[in-house]
Amino acid sequence: MGQIEQLVQGVLQGNRRSIAKTITLIENNEPEAQKIISMLYPKTGRAHVIGVTGPTGSGKSTLIEKLIGELRKRGKTVGVVAVDPSSPFTGGAFLGDRVRMQEHSTDVGVFIRSMATRNALGGLAKATRDVIHVLDASGKDVVIVETVGAGQSEVEIVEVAQTVVVILAPGLGDDIQAIKAGIMEIADIFVVNKADRENANKAISDIQAMLEMNTEKTGWKPSVLKTTALTGEGVTELLAKIEEHKEHLKMGALEARRKEKVETELAEAIKQKVAESIIEDLKREGEWKKLAQKILARETDPYSAADMLLKKSKRN
Amino acid sequence: MFDERKLQKISKERQRWKTTKVPSWIERHPERKNEFSTLSGISVKRLYTPEDVKHLDYMKDLGFPGEYPFTRGLHATMYRGRLWTMRQFSGFGTAEQTNQRFKYLLKEGETGLSIAFDYPTITGYDSDHSMAIGEVGQCGVAVSSLKDMETLFDGIPLDKVSTSMTINGPAAMLLAMYVAIGDKQGVPREKLDGTTQNDNLKEFFAQKLCIFPPKPSLKLSTDIIEYCARHLPSWNPISISGYHIREAGSNAVQELAFTLADGIAYVESTLERGLKVDEFAPRLSFFFASHNNFFEEIAKFRAARRLWARIMKERFTAQNPRSLWMRMHVQTSGCTLTAQQPVNNIMRVTFQSLAAVLGGTQSLHTNSFDEALALPCEDAVRVALRTQQIIAYESGVTDTIDPLGGSYYVEYLTNEMEERAMRYIDRIDAMGGVASAIEKGFFQKEIADSAYKYQKEIERKQKTLVGVNEYTVEKDWVPVELLRVHPKVEEEQLGRLRKMRKERDKWKVKEALDKLHAEADKDRNLMPTIIEAVKAYVTIGEITEVLRSVFGEYRELIVV
Amino acid sequence: MTATRKIRVLIAKPGLDSHDRGAKIVARALRDAGMEVIYTGLRQTPEQIAETTLQEDVDVLGLSILSGAHTTLFQKIMKLLREKGMEDVLVFAGGIIPQEDVPALKKIGIKEVFGPGTPTSVLIEFVQGNVKERR
Repeated sequence: MGQIEQLVQGVLQGNRRSIAKTITLIENNEPEAQKIISMLYPKTGRAHVIGVTGPTGSGKSTLIEKLIGELRKRGKTVGVVAVDPSSPFTGGAFLGDRVRMQEHSTDVGVFIRSMATRNALGGLAKATRDVIHVLDASGKDVVIVETVGAGQSEVEIVEVAQTVVVILAPGLGDDIQAIKAGIMEIADIFVVNKADRENANKAISDIQAMLEMNTEKTGWKPSVLKTTALTGEGVTELLAKIEEHKEHLKMGALEARRKEKVETELAEAIKQKVAESIIEDLKREGEWKKLAQKILARETDPYSAADMLLKKSKRN
Repeated sequence: MFDERKLQKISKERQRWKTTKVPSWIERHPERKNEFSTLSGISVKRLYTPEDVKHLDYMKDLGFPGEYPFTRGLHATMYRGRLWTMRQFSGFGTAEQTNQRFKYLLKEGETGLSIAFDYPTITGYDSDHSMAIGEVGQCGVAVSSLKDMETLFDGIPLDKVSTSMTINGPAAMLLAMYVAIGDKQGVPREKLDGTTQNDNLKEFFAQKLCIFPPKPSLKLSTDIIEYCARHLPSWNPISISGYHIREAGSNAVQELAFTLADGIAYVESTLERGLKVDEFAPRLSFFFASHNNFFEEIAKFRAARRLWARIMKERFTAQNPRSLWMRMHVQTSGCTLTAQQPVNNIMRVTFQSLAAVLGGTQSLHTNSFDEALALPCEDAVRVALRTQQIIAYESGVTDTIDPLGGSYYVEYLTNEMEERAMRYIDRIDAMGGVASAIEKGFFQKEIADSAYKYQKEIERKQKTLVGVNEYTVEKDWVPVELLRVHPKVEEEQLGRLRKMRKERDKWKVKEALDKLHAEADKDRNLMPTIIEAVKAYVTIGEITEVLRSVFGEYRELIVV
Repeated sequence: MTATRKIRVLIAKPGLDSHDRGAKIVARALRDAGMEVIYTGLRQTPEQIAETTLQEDVDVLGLSILSGAHTTLFQKIMKLLREKGMEDVLVFAGGIIPQEDVPALKKIGIKEVFGPGTPTSVLIEFVQGNVKERR
């Protein structure tokens, strides 16, 4: 058996070392990754994927830890992908979410993996999706994806989930405003965490007010729940709501969502492949560097340069 | 303090000096740096004159020793009367070993005991818990039950010593044991003299040996303050500690500000128990570090006294003059000691202690020069103690009170320290107090940033560390044999613990634990119940376990 | 396809001691040198550290301890790593560790032991110079 087959075998048997290695290959965008994903793909589609996002300080990781605990009590196995931003300057990153879930670090029914964004915005959604495929294929019943909710990239990441939970905390009022823009539309469940704080109710009514202005299309009305992650209060209710959403999806929305997701995945795969192959060709021909120089010298701009290059590559 | 006309003259003359004298000198001898500054980032001028302290009001800002605002010292005669307490923090291995070390220190002229406990004890685990493996007796003495404490104080009469215990989460349990031993020795409770560190707030952002979440932790600290106010009048229930804040990486201003903010939180929390401020404030004590920047440290101690007196008087309207006293213990800064050329540490410790003495401390621990390498060995501890004695008896600095009072620079720095600390305290108030600032990670971030900045400055050689980034040698010389805690210590301790568990009255243990559970549930002051429990030889681990089940367990908020 | 490899590092604090100043400074310095750093927080058991090393598939494991429990705890951690087939992880240690203990620690697979005062630049160079091409 070759290395790839061995890894695939390992993942399918739930071997944690194989899962870890495979995820590294995906993260590093190694050539083997794609082959492994194609081999694992038939075994995917069983896990329920939950996306969790929200601003820094809202207590996402702690709440996820409590969710894991609750899921484990019910005999479910859990995979977690925690995504943190890479520094745009140094490329380094602190992967700080895991720390709050260390309680589950030695539980064989839980696999937690931290990932940095590596400044690859488009590529990140793909990598996350692939990591979910791996955890899914390894037999995890539930896969949780955690990101810091701020911009478009996070929206893309959580969009790979079937159920999207947006976590907010009272006192982070400005963030609620910020979040309105992107994440409001994709949330299936809102959670106001740190509900023991005084202005929790205000946060809830703010969100409800915002929700009322939205016209929902899928027959699911997002609800707003209260939790206190530190004590675990409200976690069972949250899990019940997630289950409810899962049932709702089964009623038909799931198929639609899946189809939509598969289509996005396909479109993105094509985009990436096409772009990469064109770029590689150009680099090989040496045009790439020359044009970069020209752009630097302000002799042309990136868009005109792209047009020119594309025309050229079509001719070939 | 100066008359306007004279100030104008000084100002004019300074201008003249600056424009005529200085430039030609600098041309020949350039200054070593463009910018000089203290460790807290206060920029340091070439020269200080009366202009820099022109707003200083002698009676309002300095006053006389023993009088408000205590800038010049807590007591009327300071070290001309009684020297500070020379208190060396110690403890390692088993209770017997530490007992012997205590007797040695008392014989060598030490005047107060100070107990270091091992990590399992500090974090509320018995020596036989799985988390304790490898740690028993390593960094302090292992105490799991009253049995160990009895061994620790064997032959030491509690009415003859004052004992400081560096313990926070399980402070109530160790204090209860001390009370139990006093009872056995027949020492009246009002004679028990000593200190429990019991500062649980700073644990959350500096020392980080928390057991319970912030709210019940503050409750436990307050239980001790309340209990002592009512029953142990000579005990210092708390030592509000900046030391750990500093060692975790803060600068002097942050150390001062965060410590006093904690102090404010404890006062507020105790007032909620229905005690009047003057009933407990006189027993509050403080603990600071003495770091490298000599004058800044002196200014910090002076400013701390003045600021606390002002807070107690203005914010809490304390009437009893003793409520305004900031009694402080100082320890030289462990993190300034180097593993390279360790003998140099003796010099560091010397001027750090000198700063503490010139700052007017009540009690002092001097670090041993081998501490960056291992736990201090006996020879190194002796040198550390001798350092204090040399300052006390040979240097002459103790012959007059506050000899640096009136120094333009020191008074200027004292003002700066107070102002900057007050700005932090206002910010913390605006955040909703210490507890919410902890929750927001405010202190953690401030400290981590300062620590990183300090390290970077050393690496860029913006700061010189002798023997580390300059004046290095190929081969280091360590003149002492480092202390090793024998692995057998763990085995011995486990054996003793097993024996104790077998011998004690199991029924009494169960009864005590049930009662503790009920009392904790009812949110009562837990001191009396804990005293009963330890007397029944209930262990620290067992008590902590019960309290964990009621209070929950703290999870670290990590701010890198 | 272009591969985008990064050095992944786990900084762990085994045992009960809470001196995390050094560990945090190291974590920060390695991040600023472009690495991806996971810090475990305090009071980690050898099992937790070994399992985290495995799941996160890190290239480097840095252990920090100042309590004197290093020999006992490091032995456990190294044994667990071996059992999990993680011998290829570069392990270094820091804290207050007496010189005379170092040879024994190196023997069980700890590549280097750094004492107080080590510049972070030395650490960065060490990691960059010793991290293996693992895949």
